[in-house]
Amino acid sequence: MNEPVCEAHAISKRFGGTLALDQVSLRLAAGEAHALVGENGAGKSTLIKVLTGVHRPDGGTVRHLGRPVSFSGPADAQDAGISSIYQEVELAPLLSVADNLFLGREPITRLGLLDRSRLRREATEVLARYGVTVDVRRPLGELGLGIRQMVAIARAVSARARLVIMDEPTSSLAPREADRLADVIEVLREQGIAILYVTHKLDEVFRVCQRVSVLRDGRLIHTGLLRETSRIGLVAAMLGRPVAEVRRHGVTSFGEAHEVGRAAPVLRAESLVREHALHGVSIEVRPGEVVGLAGLLGSGRSETARAVFGADPLDAGSVEVAGRARRRWNPAIAIRSGVCMVPEDRKAEGVVPGLSVRDNITLAALPRLTRGGLVSRRARDRVVDAFVRRLGIKASSPDQKVGELSGGNQQKVLLARMLCLHPKVLILDEPTRGIDIGAKAEIQALIDELAQEGLGVLLVAELEEIVEGADTVVVLRDGTAAGVLRGAEIGERRIMELIAAAGSDGSVGGRFDD
Amino acid sequence: MTEPAGGTPAFHPTPADDSAPGRSPASADGPVAPNGPVPAASVPGRSHVADPMGAAGRVSWLSDYGVYLALGVLLSFNLVFTPNFATVANLRLQLVQVAPVAIVALGMALVIGTGGIDLSVGSTMAIAAALLPLYLGYGPWPAITVAVLAGAAVGLVNGGLVAYGIQPIVATLGLLVAGRGAALVLADGRLVEIFDPTLAAIGGGQVLEIPLPVLTALTVAVAAGFVLRRAAFGRKLLAVGGNRPAALLAGLPVRRTLITVYVISGVLAAMAGVLTTGRQSASDPSFTGLLIELSAITAVVVGGTPLAGGRVRILGTLMGALLMQLIIATVIQHDLHDSTARMIQAAIIVTAVYAQRNRNGT
Repeated sequence: MNEPVCEAHAISKRFGGTLALDQVSLRLAAGEAHALVGENGAGKSTLIKVLTGVHRPDGGTVRHLGRPVSFSGPADAQDAGISSIYQEVELAPLLSVADNLFLGREPITRLGLLDRSRLRREATEVLARYGVTVDVRRPLGELGLGIRQMVAIARAVSARARLVIMDEPTSSLAPREADRLADVIEVLREQGIAILYVTHKLDEVFRVCQRVSVLRDGRLIHTGLLRETSRIGLVAAMLGRPVAEVRRHGVTSFGEAHEVGRAAPVLRAESLVREHALHGVSIEVRPGEVVGLAGLLGSGRSETARAVFGADPLDAGSVEVAGRARRRWNPAIAIRSGVCMVPEDRKAEGVVPGLSVRDNITLAALPRLTRGGLVSRRARDRVVDAFVRRLGIKASSPDQKVGELSGGNQQKVLLARMLCLHPKVLILDEPTRGIDIGAKAEIQALIDELAQEGLGVLLVAELEEIVEGADTVVVLRDGTAAGVLRGAEIGERRIMELIAAAGSDGSVGGRFDD
Repeated sequence: MTEPAGGTPAFHPTPADDSAPGRSPASADGPVAPNGPVPAASVPGRSHVADPMGAAGRVSWLSDYGVYLALGVLLSFNLVFTPNFATVANLRLQLVQVAPVAIVALGMALVIGTGGIDLSVGSTMAIAAALLPLYLGYGPWPAITVAVLAGAAVGLVNGGLVAYGIQPIVATLGLLVAGRGAALVLADGRLVEIFDPTLAAIGGGQVLEIPLPVLTALTVAVAAGFVLRRAAFGRKLLAVGGNRPAALLAGLPVRRTLITVYVISGVLAAMAGVLTTGRQSASDPSFTGLLIELSAITAVVVGGTPLAGGRVRILGTLMGALLMQLIIATVIQHDLHDSTARMIQAAIIVTAVYAQRNRNGT
């Protein structure tokens, strides 16, 4: 292994009651691209922020170029040779490419004036090294994201960076641009620069990087050379599951499989396409069926759920409910045709914190509870009473503000909001995330019960919940369906194999973008 | 749109447009949220979070009820120290003077309830005032109808811009400037005296000893309170203000709600313009409603309605308008310069906004 450029030793970082990083060590070597992977909340961003001086670690040390360092902020880190390239590049979009490249260290003439011709010449030369040929006088904002990223990288390197941190650099790049980035990383490595590469895409990890570290729940789970790491091993480490097939029962409160039979699908989504997120995902949900979406973070699970509900605009694809194709599709129409969703982000997109439990439950049902513009109190209270009782919502009264409830009870309120519409299909995006164990079990049991009553469910959840709760599992990878598993085929090992499978060969949905 | 684990770095600009569902980097973090401590409301195992009278609770009490306290103090002061304060004539005068502000402030309260703001109300009043003499030839009621429809049109433009993504402060600033200009063009820049018994009655008449402008303001307040409490529109309004992405995902007609609320504000502003014109017996597009947006916003905020939206206090708004009026009256009656009143008002609004500071999210 080459000499280390930057070493983190036993870094710990605590935010309030949560330990975001627990004794994490990382060694970033010259000329090596080091992949940092992990699921949501694993601590990747926190680690980057510690390395770049945004956060001060509570424990542990960072050594850079052999010396212990403690940066006061990203600018300080950059002066010392640690540059970060973010997903959406932070440069001045109105300034020219050349200006951006040399911002803060412009060449000047003997008179102290800006040496424009030299600026242009050098900028053109520098970019040519990365295979970028553009008119460097053009404003940066007019250029594509890929080129902007190249400018950011070129800027970092010409500022004598020894370590370049890339946080999901390809998340908004076209495949061709991503290929070019891979080439540039090769060039950086030849110059002896260390690269810390954060991504969710397994293919990229294996194509671009030599070494990988896996974080999970703030701990370093695995670190090693990629040529000694199997894809399935990496997936298992990221998901925190053993590779061996262990289909445990009773980990969740889901029951046995539901009688789905051969009923016609109540919901059929065909070839959903959304730029940078979905590349032709198709989903079918039958009455009484729980369809689980499995995949790594960024594989398109939430995106699929939201697309099926019409929450995000689609670039292509169609949604059909109860055999009826819909031309216009948005949440209001989806709800009217019987498709409801409880979003992943309860706080940002779910509860209206200042309104009462009663108003929150009946929010989506308002049109149905209204006569002549007025809310029918009796009808409303009947609905609220029924669902508070059925879901066991713990509130001091229906008048209590939802913002005062616990996460689990807020989640139940959101479930009630959708269930009181008597949907045909319920889309649940991480319904048990961040809530206490008791409420979690209750919600799992409820999903089960609803499916038995004939509700079709599209479920995005942790792997163990999917394995135990779903009748059909659609495995997603990079915005395409990598495979569909039914009944007895469903198992953690099988799902992880599908996630880990290389490339897009054998995928069920078509890729439209390459 | 899933964001990377742990959210984007703190110094990274995050999209602040709450109208785009699914773009909430800070909150997509899952259990480990490096951007701050886990919010109390999602701590597992706690079913009721109760801290009604902590430090934040006292501040929020000030925000909710401070206006009543201030009004009480000011009233007592005047009763003791101001000669001829507690006369029917004086009280009636104060109420008549505050009525247009109160009407405009009620519309403003609804707009602020959606998390918006309407800066164009003063100019809308001026447009209404300018239109009246032009159409009085057809009779007072057609003229009033035209003026009110003009207010609705201004609201439609405001609401349309806001519903399709322009920031409220920018959208309505445009009409603040353009509206006054339009009013002056309509009136040819002149003050026009008006002698119309119907308009004079609307601006200064009485029913059962109560001045008509005051009755109008009270009627508007009762109607607004009823809509907020009982009508589906009121719930939609508060949901849009309280959490717009959530309202969208609940299938609510967010755009229609926003447009409607600005139309209501425009109509109420036009009514205030009619009222003012009637009381002055003159259409004065240069000065009618000048700076009234500031008084109205102050009344709303002082009355305990949070600028962030999601909650509207009707009675508080009325009291806020009354408080502002009383400050001016007190200052004038004690022979102080009326800029003193402005400074006191400024101090009160800063206090009110400060008192609101801690209450977002609960």
